[in-house]
Amino acid sequence: MPGTTLVYYQEIIMKTCKDISCLLSDSMDRPLTWRERWAVRVHLLMCSHCSRFQQQVHFLRKAASRYFR
Amino acid sequence: MDKKQLNDHRDILLRYALLQLHDEAIAEDAVQETLLAALQTGDSFRSESAHRTWLIGILKHKIADHYRAAERHYSPEESASEDGEDPNAALEQLIFDGKGRWIGSPSAWHTPDHALEQDEFWRVFEWCQKNLSGQHARAFMLREMVGLETEEICQDMAISHSACRVYLHRARLGLRECLEQRWFTTKRSS
Repeated sequence: MPGTTLVYYQEIIMKTCKDISCLLSDSMDRPLTWRERWAVRVHLLMCSHCSRFQQQVHFLRKAASRYFR
Repeated sequence: MDKKQLNDHRDILLRYALLQLHDEAIAEDAVQETLLAALQTGDSFRSESAHRTWLIGILKHKIADHYRAAERHYSPEESASEDGEDPNAALEQLIFDGKGRWIGSPSAWHTPDHALEQDEFWRVFEWCQKNLSGQHARAFMLREMVGLETEEICQDMAISHSACRVYLHRARLGLRECLEQRWFTTKRSS
């Protein structure tokens, strides 16, 4: 169905860095749906800024978890 | 409920208490009293998370007791402000342009783990955390320092799930931005 293709295009390809940063933040708190995972994966292939954001969000967790130790 | 089950929650309770009491010995006492009270009641729970929510409820009372005994006013942040007005709502506009692209793109952080060993880094970290809006900082601390799940944070702060999601996202954006400016770009050459 052409409609379905359009939905996939919008949900997976058309995401902005702002959207992806939000999903990357979400991924620290809940499992992403497969569409979200694909959207992130496709975006990260093209975007080094968001790849860095992903690493840095993990670093924030690592740092914060040491705070009380 | 037995001792072992209670001990599983001990670390999280202790970090929660530290967040409010800022004193290790007092926090230890509050947690000890909480576990004791829980053992005496001996209620059983369907799920682990319901169990922990209940324990945190008891702990909150112990913390309030402490402040009452010390004759200091205890005002948990959750009563401070409502969902709607958010002083940091503009944060995203400083970080992303109208098309959702990074304005100042995240730069590479060199040897971030090395920073964790330095006292100076922790001062910067605290400073950056204090500069987040109170609600954002609290959501972040409950999630990443105490280790609560998002459902528990919603309950604790009396906020909706979507607000919680937004707070955590903004806290991470804000903290990342601040650490980059205050630490990783200034210390990179050293």
